[in-house]
Amino acid sequence: MSEHELRVSKIRDGTVIDHVEGGQALNVLAILGIDGSEGFGVSVGMNVPSDRLGRKDIVKVEDRELSQSEVDVLSLIAPEATINIVRDFEVVEKNRVTRPDTVTGVLSCPNRNCITNADEPIETRFDVVADGVRCDYCATILRADIAEHIDV
Amino acid sequence: MMRQDHLITATQLSRDDIETVLDRARAVADDPAAYADRHAGRVLALCFFEPSTRTRMSFDSAAKRLGMNTIDMGDVDSSSVSKGESLSDTVRVIEGYADAIVLRHPSEGAATLAGERVDVPVVNAGDGAGQHPSQTLLDLHTIREDHGLDDLTIGIMGDLKYGRTVHSLAAALTEFDANQHFISPESLRLPRSVRFDLHETGAQIREHEEIEPVLDELDVLYVTRIQKERFPDENEYHRVAGEYRIDAETLEAADDDLTVMHPLPRVDEIAPDVDEADHARYFQQAHNGVPVRMALLDTLLENANPDGDEGTGVDR
Ligand SMILES: [Zn+2]
Repeated sequence: MSEHELRVSKIRDGTVIDHVEGGQALNVLAILGIDGSEGFGVSVGMNVPSDRLGRKDIVKVEDRELSQSEVDVLSLIAPEATINIVRDFEVVEKNRVTRPDTVTGVLSCPNRNCITNADEPIETRFDVVADGVRCDYCATILRADIAEHIDV
Repeated sequence: MMRQDHLITATQLSRDDIETVLDRARAVADDPAAYADRHAGRVLALCFFEPSTRTRMSFDSAAKRLGMNTIDMGDVDSSSVSKGESLSDTVRVIEGYADAIVLRHPSEGAATLAGERVDVPVVNAGDGAGQHPSQTLLDLHTIREDHGLDDLTIGIMGDLKYGRTVHSLAAALTEFDANQHFISPESLRLPRSVRFDLHETGAQIREHEEIEPVLDELDVLYVTRIQKERFPDENEYHRVAGEYRIDAETLEAADDDLTVMHPLPRVDEIAPDVDEADHARYFQQAHNGVPVRMALLDTLLENANPDGDEGTGVDR
């Protein structure tokens, strides 16, 4: 794929999250807790043509290497994502995301009556189950609608 | 031997845990005097963030019959909770006053949170529409004394969606060889999370909208209240509630040995004419709350104080 088709320029150092399901790029940033205020260069490509996904999103974060535990959370909304760690314009590491056992503090519980939505000093915690995640406090199961419950 | 620090949900209980408590409940019921000073000098905190009469009194009675004292938070209106204190802070403070905490709270997951914040045993006495596992233990004790817990066919009827006693009972029964029939209106079926757990255990469950087709197969019929506030429209409530009401005539089609249970309070889902029938067991069931909660507190306190020398109670 040529530079022109990608529409997002190469980065010198940082992380490229590729093969994100179309439309999920902003959720990827939300899950990673990146909103621009950190001062990293962030570029987002949306609905880029892809052989594998039809349309895909790409997220590039400059000067920041994401850890495996950070990126594994992405598997919930972008199971096909690949993570490229770039140093001096070269991809030095390429990983797939794998499903974590638990997700802490990223998602909010959709059950309004859950104690995690009361005014308590508490982080949400979800168990990753067969095809979704499950609140450790109230047992509510979150499936396809996960992206709607990302705490931004 | 039950290995738990807290009792938060029925899903945490193994068959062994359940049988440990129920065996002890039987022993307590047979010889209550032997337990009278068991936990003398210990204190149980009753923290009810939601109104309750019978569960609170049942725990109060159980604790006192073990020689314990109880301290009661009182009504939520008059406590520091209304001044905006978090549950996390409240239980941390109360931990210093008591050897165990019984908690009822309107939010699902409240007891889980409390259990994470304190070291003394926490008993969940109801968390919103979540769980009510001590009720389940007394329900199981009642069923066990009549029928045993294996090779059992039970019908659970009423509000299965919000009924926390139902969620706990259904989960606990998966530890035994029980066929579970769930009878409810479409809008009050079991919630997805409970269904998920039942499915995971491979439990045999069937769902129905009417009681009649399954009534004669049942060993136990567990009736729960359908609450008016679950319906947007009062006429709809009256129509639905009327369909899930049983009376002596309904029970003519039942097996002679059918046991009818209800976590109480009932409104009119069981007609008073059932009270006199041999089937009725709901008052006995409520009474069983005392020996079962004695056994539960005894077990949890024993786990929390393995040397048995912190209270002035009898050494074992
Ligand atoms: Zn929750």
